[in-house]
Amino acid sequence: MISVQICNEPVSVLRRALAKKEISSVELTKLFLSRIEGIGAPLNAFITVDSERALAEARAADGRIAKGEAGALTGIPLAHKDLFCTEGVLTSCGSKMLSNFVSPYDAHVVSLLKKAGAVSLGKTNMDEFAMGSSNETSHYGPVHNPWKPGYVPGGSSGGSAAAVAARLVPIATGTDTGGSVRQPASFCGITGIKPTYGLVSRYGMVAYASSLDQGGAFGASAADCAALLSAMTGFDPRDSTSLDRPTEDYAAAIDAPVPHASRPLAGLTVGIPDEFFSEGLGDEVRAAVESALAQYRALGAATRQISLPNARLAIPAYYVIAMAEASSNLSRFDGVRYGHRTAEYADLSDLYCKSRSEGFGAEVQRRILVGTFVLSHGYYDAYYLQAQKLRRLIADDFKRAFTECDLIAGPTSPVTAWPFGAMGDDPVKMYLADIYTTPVNLAGLPGISHPCGFDSAGLPVGLQLIGNYFSEARLLAAAHHFQQSTDWHLRRPANPA
Amino acid sequence: MPLSNEQVKHLSRLARLSLPDSRLDITRNCLNSIFELIAQMQAVDTTGISPMSHPQESATRLREDVVTETDRSVAFQAVAPQTEAGLYLVPKVIE
Repeated sequence: MISVQICNEPVSVLRRALAKKEISSVELTKLFLSRIEGIGAPLNAFITVDSERALAEARAADGRIAKGEAGALTGIPLAHKDLFCTEGVLTSCGSKMLSNFVSPYDAHVVSLLKKAGAVSLGKTNMDEFAMGSSNETSHYGPVHNPWKPGYVPGGSSGGSAAAVAARLVPIATGTDTGGSVRQPASFCGITGIKPTYGLVSRYGMVAYASSLDQGGAFGASAADCAALLSAMTGFDPRDSTSLDRPTEDYAAAIDAPVPHASRPLAGLTVGIPDEFFSEGLGDEVRAAVESALAQYRALGAATRQISLPNARLAIPAYYVIAMAEASSNLSRFDGVRYGHRTAEYADLSDLYCKSRSEGFGAEVQRRILVGTFVLSHGYYDAYYLQAQKLRRLIADDFKRAFTECDLIAGPTSPVTAWPFGAMGDDPVKMYLADIYTTPVNLAGLPGISHPCGFDSAGLPVGLQLIGNYFSEARLLAAAHHFQQSTDWHLRRPANPA
Repeated sequence: MPLSNEQVKHLSRLARLSLPDSRLDITRNCLNSIFELIAQMQAVDTTGISPMSHPQESATRLREDVVTETDRSVAFQAVAPQTEAGLYLVPKVIE
């Protein structure tokens, strides 16, 4: 008889239980599937649950384990954000436009995780085409925050974050263009990492803003993120920006012995940017982050003030670049080769216009319109090119900062989760909440968000650590040592639905 | 520089979106709010700064000139709204 408590266990414990045959992958898969269908149903975290396929994969995983051929994640259930193409399974991107799109091929990340033996339970809800910070733009309806129904889970990877937080699945994939892994991780009280741009292949990831989009990993802890991320990275010639470098075993890296067990972060300098603690930061978020920084110091880390003077320009620069690239990327949806086609049309132009207007939601259309404007004749230099110059200034700020410190720490978001509809009709209000995450994407750096407390409403607060290029192991190790001495990552929503 | 309704209509034509008149005002207001936000960029002097298009500015990779793809046109066309004899069907464009 398996205990329901096993759904709270980290990946390492699940792997051990599978290896010792204390539990089978089929049993584990059934347990999580029953949670998705039961307590998980009101959360709306999934767009597609494919039980039959999942159980077939679980049986295959049990076969591999029996033969002693288990890979890194063999038999471990996971879920994919619904913008990773999955062969034979609906890949909707949270949009009506792709509500009929059964992908004919697997994304690189999906095939890597299949090879590692992971069992995919289904596809998670998300903001339409990853455009949103609250999951409210999904064609499939908003996802509820497992800590408080009626509150947003963050976005755009809100379904993946809510599913992991409610233990509907142990780990899940996501993507992060301006904070879409870190911010929902923060809002849902879990851990999420966005690696260095180019580390995870974008092949088969439905494109939003190509120079910013990057796949990432969700787990309850840094250790679970490390296990998932290790299996997601690697060179892929099909992505022109994929980096050809050796893969790393992050799970092994975070377990590396440290000279002083009580002060595992001795020698680490953490930079605290003044700009991340200025106007606009919520008092309760500030208090939680500051006490987490005290804990980092207790673990041996030194902290020092640093400055990222151009970080305030990240929001406008990010939105110009993201919307410009989105307008170009989304021009492929024309009702001809795949996706939604309008029922009635007079001519080809009418077919394009109606199919696109019916298929895309309001926020996606807004971003396409702004993107079209900033790329149009006479405006390109003033907007897109200017944004790319600011991008350079922001990246140079980080370069300078990393001569003074090893990692940078601050809040992931200035606020905790808000109630549905709280941002009203003005999209800019929500954009401004991306202030601490977007600079990291513009520079292409890795960042991780881990839970560090709660506000008075019982909603989680996240701390963001930013590292230099390719410092994923260091980021994960720092978060892991924090989690070895704290229990924020072990807290679970009492009644997730 | 706030956009006029005429400019919003022109933009929607460029973007191949059909914007009904009933949505024109609300769309214009949202776009103008976004332009107000991004206008902050104009105050920064970026003379001499080179634009950054990608975080890792490596040269475009080259590969051997060999066939790497197999013909999967049947699978790819299976998800198309309308095809015939291996072709995508669209309304007639030439009389």
